Amino acid sequence: MKKLLTGNEAFAYGAYLAGVQLAAAYPGTPSTEIVKNCATYDTIFAEWSPNEKVSLDVATGAAYAGRRALCAMKHVGMNVAADSLFSASYTGVKGGLVIINADDPGMHSSQNEQDNRNYAKFARVPMLEPADSEEAKNFVGIALEMSEQYDTPVIIRTTTRLSHSRTLVEMDDSKRVIPSAETPAYERNIPKYVMVPANARRRHPVVEERLQKLAALAETIEINKIEPGDDEIGIITSGVIYQYAKEVFPTATILKLGMVWPLPKQMILDFAKRVKKLVIIEELDPIFEDFIRLLGLPCVGKEVYPIEGEFNPSLIREVSYKAGLLKEQPPTVSTADIELPIRPPMLCPGCGHRGLFYALKRLDATVFGDIGCYTLGASPPLAAMHTTTCMGAGFGVVHGVDKMGVTDRTVGLLGDSTFFHSGIHPMIDILYNSGTSTLVITDNRTTAMTGHQDNPGSGKTLLGEPAERMDIETVVRGLGAKRVDVVNPYEVDQVMKVVKEGIESGEPSVVIARYPCVLQTKEKHPVPTVDTETCNNCGTCLKIGCPPIVKGENHVAIDNILCNGCGLCVTVCPFNAIKKPEEQ
Amino acid sequence: MYNKIDFIIAGVGGQGTILASDILVEVGLHAGYDVKKSEVHGMSQRGGGVESQVRWGERVYSPLIEKGKADYLLGFEMLEAARWTEYLNPSSVVYVNRHKMYPPSVTTGQAEYPAETAIEHELSSRAGRYEWVDAMAAAKELGNPALAGVIMLGRLSADLDVEPETWLKVIAELVPAKLVELNKKAFITGRKMKKGV
Ligand SMILES: Cc1ncc(C[n+]2csc(CCOP(=O)(O)OP(=O)(O)O)c2C)c(N)n1
Repeated sequence: MKKLLTGNEAFAYGAYLAGVQLAAAYPGTPSTEIVKNCATYDTIFAEWSPNEKVSLDVATGAAYAGRRALCAMKHVGMNVAADSLFSASYTGVKGGLVIINADDPGMHSSQNEQDNRNYAKFARVPMLEPADSEEAKNFVGIALEMSEQYDTPVIIRTTTRLSHSRTLVEMDDSKRVIPSAETPAYERNIPKYVMVPANARRRHPVVEERLQKLAALAETIEINKIEPGDDEIGIITSGVIYQYAKEVFPTATILKLGMVWPLPKQMILDFAKRVKKLVIIEELDPIFEDFIRLLGLPCVGKEVYPIEGEFNPSLIREVSYKAGLLKEQPPTVSTADIELPIRPPMLCPGCGHRGLFYALKRLDATVFGDIGCYTLGASPPLAAMHTTTCMGAGFGVVHGVDKMGVTDRTVGLLGDSTFFHSGIHPMIDILYNSGTSTLVITDNRTTAMTGHQDNPGSGKTLLGEPAERMDIETVVRGLGAKRVDVVNPYEVDQVMKVVKEGIESGEPSVVIARYPCVLQTKEKHPVPTVDTETCNNCGTCLKIGCPPIVKGENHVAIDNILCNGCGLCVTVCPFNAIKKPEEQ
Repeated sequence: MYNKIDFIIAGVGGQGTILASDILVEVGLHAGYDVKKSEVHGMSQRGGGVESQVRWGERVYSPLIEKGKADYLLGFEMLEAARWTEYLNPSSVVYVNRHKMYPPSVTTGQAEYPAETAIEHELSSRAGRYEWVDAMAAAKELGNPALAGVIMLGRLSADLDVEPETWLKVIAELVPAKLVELNKKAFITGRKMKKGV
């Protein structure tokens, strides 16, 4: 039977078929649904770990215990987990360990574009790259066998387009690997697993030798294959880009690489001999191209196919035509001639973050922020966040700024999930090194940005089981913070008061702005009404950036369907022209 | 069977473009096509513009449609539809839900929402056929604005040679149990919107 699965659903199904017993991840678009789907199979223990490094260590532990394990993360998550990756490369595994890494070319939901094929090369581990959901399913099993046979973690690279496209998958459980029911015994092996210098020095040659063996495997493995066609042009490509190449060059000879590291040197040399012109089509970095040029082979690559941005078939057609690789001209098309106002993402109606940012704006605070839904506080009209880089950075950055003596109302800010991910350590730093920063934690009791995953503060696990709710206030006090306030972000005056006091106190202070995510609680209140007589269109309510509030000719109006009834507009209206229904 | 049919669904996060495209791929599968679909998750779902692309064909490679090659554009929101002119060609068919959702620059008075006639002109001048669909109004009449997407699918279905039973079966499989009857009704409502039916 065939079923339509997203790439991410297919990875999870592949894990189930391959007898994976543990799957761990921290959420991150576009990887989130992989482990979320693993949790639907009762043979897999699945967890949300607090961050990617932890998830990789957990999966590595399961593999050390001799069982098959999976770990998934978005591309920047690999930066967080890199230390563990490099160590796991040295120690090797026992049970298979597959790491599914999701890159995000085009930055649909990310702060940067990075090509994590670099990590395979860097950490000297093999990497596979499927081109559709069927391959996504199959490659998990291939990766786990490779992992066990070559004693190495194996990375599977996916991209947003593969993870979030739905394509056909053969559903067949008959060859499923049934995980062992026996309790595993941990096999002690100090020289292999204790990476003190003397042991690590002995492991490094093992890793280099392993890489040679894997390079030999790459020459014969069936997922590296040549699709013969017209030898005028020979294309080397991988992943979803292969699909685009098939659309644009339907008759070309193609070398489709399913194993993208290490690369098959001889296969590429032979391929180059066979075709007249060698064309490398790869998204982001010139990984194949650099390798191929080092072999001394002339080829067409990044001078035609851009290094930045996401590819699509139109782009490949356009640039290929311009470079003379295609004869037929692409269709002439045009964007609209009228101005189309952009539609950026916004804080949802009813979102507690809005009240908080309105208060911070009124205080004219400089906010060193972080990543989450609350990053939308940086968008106009609120425009109340002033740095956002990578997860956990907000608190460390504000400490550095404060230590330099900057006095313009500095505040560090991050969310509950981000706090558990990497916000605790910079807080320890501030408390330890006599910092003075004011630290705001937006506690909406969920990991909202990536689709409401549970976290240590939400009281529930990925498997739906109740968990001890880790209370942020208790954690913070346990670390030694003395000045701690919990506020409702909709009580704007109260928020302003505690933040101002915190800033002026000259000691570290923590403000927990707690309001459960309304998308999750689905809580709705009656819609306020606008007294059209009193409203003079002053525009104050428009400054909170709430989508349902619309500026009209003479007064504002509130869209009944969109409005969540949070009442922030009632609070901010200086003329009392917006009223809660019960006040009428 | 057609050699290929490429569909684009454009709307705003939260409007149900993902559900609609899920229905559309499943229907294609039931009709015997190879199918692929691509969609956007994450950040832009927070009220930003979202799009799904669905492809039916004998053999589909790319999950993304090429510019100038869309057969159908379904606009769940007027302004969002207007962003897809580059994907049209003189035989494309465009259906647009007569429904406006103002982006922040418009609600705050910094930009103007384009006139209906201007949007119609931009799209119809590049397509083979253009039709407004009063899906939002009909959905409200059925008591739930979220039904507009399925009404749009109903209108589309009247052009395609797939039995309505197939659509209804897929809808029943994909929408929450307590909303099945309402969604079926919405589908039929849309299907009847074809002129002359
Ligand atoms: C290293 C890393 N992992 C994951 C992500 C994806 N990501 C961005 S924000 C976020 C969670 C934010 O949750 P929280 O801090 O609770 O804020 P909320 O969205 O709920 O407001 C995640 C998982 C990322 N950008 N970087």
